Amino acid sequence: MFRTVAELVEMANAENIPISEVMIRQEMDVKERTREEVFSEMEKNLVVMEKAIEDALKGVQSVTGLTGGDAVKVQKYMKEKTPLSGNLMMDAVSKAMGTNEVNAAMGIICATPTAGSAGCVPGTLFAVKEQLHPTREEMVRYLFTSGAFGFVVANNAFISGAAGGCQAEVGSAGAMASAAIVEMAGGTPEQSAHAFAMTLKNMLGLVCDPVAGLVEVPCVKRNAGGSSLAIISADLALAGVESRIPCDEVIGAMYRIGKQMSPSLRETGEGGLADTPTGRFLKEKIFGVSV
Amino acid sequence: MKYNSVFDIIGPVMVGPSSSHTAGAARIGKAARNLFGRQPAWAKIHLYESFAKTYRGHGTDFALVGGLLGMETNDPQISKSLQLAKEKGLEIEFIEDSAAVSHPNTVRMIIGDDKERQELMGISIGGGKVEITELNGFELRLSGNHPAILIMHNDRSGAIASVTRILAKYELNIGHMEVNRKDVGKEALMVIEVDQNVEDPILQELGAADHIISIAKIVS
Repeated sequence: MFRTVAELVEMANAENIPISEVMIRQEMDVKERTREEVFSEMEKNLVVMEKAIEDALKGVQSVTGLTGGDAVKVQKYMKEKTPLSGNLMMDAVSKAMGTNEVNAAMGIICATPTAGSAGCVPGTLFAVKEQLHPTREEMVRYLFTSGAFGFVVANNAFISGAAGGCQAEVGSAGAMASAAIVEMAGGTPEQSAHAFAMTLKNMLGLVCDPVAGLVEVPCVKRNAGGSSLAIISADLALAGVESRIPCDEVIGAMYRIGKQMSPSLRETGEGGLADTPTGRFLKEKIFGVSV
Repeated sequence: MKYNSVFDIIGPVMVGPSSSHTAGAARIGKAARNLFGRQPAWAKIHLYESFAKTYRGHGTDFALVGGLLGMETNDPQISKSLQLAKEKGLEIEFIEDSAAVSHPNTVRMIIGDDKERQELMGISIGGGKVEITELNGFELRLSGNHPAILIMHNDRSGAIASVTRILAKYELNIGHMEVNRKDVGKEALMVIEVDQNVEDPILQELGAADHIISIAKIVS
């Protein structure tokens, strides 16, 4: 079993296999399952992600009315205008936000690594797919690569907002996506690690401050941030840019920062954006209680 | 390591909006029901820290109750569980508890009917993963990574041997085991994680063994 990103990269290099393959072999070994079983379970997750994006692009609305419809807006903008940040970027952003709009509307999603951050991995996958034209197998491998990096974060730090703030959720999710994009685009395991590190570094310190305790504001748009950063870091790594701070040390820093965060900034809906005049107003409007 | 599968990270497939507060909560609810062995008639649910502050926004309330009704994380009915509980005669009370706990997503579920009462403490550690940390006053660490059997027994010599003898007979390998008691000679709890699911006939044989009071199983 790998415990760190350094070990993960070393295992991939020693066998001359991609990171996704290290993850697949470990899963087969630990759970005593065949390659086919492990692969088909992951493919089921891919189908759920695909369906959530499909639903989102038809337009969804949450019960509170706080979120929904933005994924559709972005797709429309892409058709009618030329997005400044490019179509691939905005496609990823739209599909990432869309997945979280479905989540907020209590639709069915696949947590990656959590529900609040479920947009980053599929959003980038289904956008990058349009340019890289991967096979179905490569798309499933994208999820194993994401999972391998998430596995290290979950075991060495945390992946929940209540434990470590949004840096642990959208930070991890965006970073996992960066690493997977690099592998799909033909980068090396080291480049995946650098991409992961660069995204997470840019997410350090991000607090979890959900308005009215709902997974809506700012969660849906944080997935826009996480997915776009994922693509930028992947491009940086593929260009040969390296993170000066090694990946595992960045994860360690994320852990220590999370430990230093006040509970009001860890998914209690008490601080940050939740504690703005509008945040408090929305809470009162939705739940009918003053705060 | 807390997480041992890639599907802890990419997964679960679930009804939104939160893996820790909704999917994890449903799993704790379901574990409570499995351990109780049937649908309880009432439930007093104490919520702490992040669970207490955000349970309505995150759907922690309907997820816990959905679990008590036996629902999985991806059951589309789960958001209607509070209504369903009423229809099925399950009385629910939520208590926002301000007591200090060691994990921000902590719930204490006291459930029962006219025959029995069960108290369970669970934590949701992220991405839908949960741990049961206390059962009827006994501390334990049940990850749910492996199938497990929980055996309430009298603290007498030979109780453990009577259980392991049966497991050995059926070639069930024990991966992890802990025994906990409240006081010498009183009730004690054995928690045994095994590699395969334990079939019902074996459970019945275990239930009839010396010094055994009750048995529950958890399917991973």
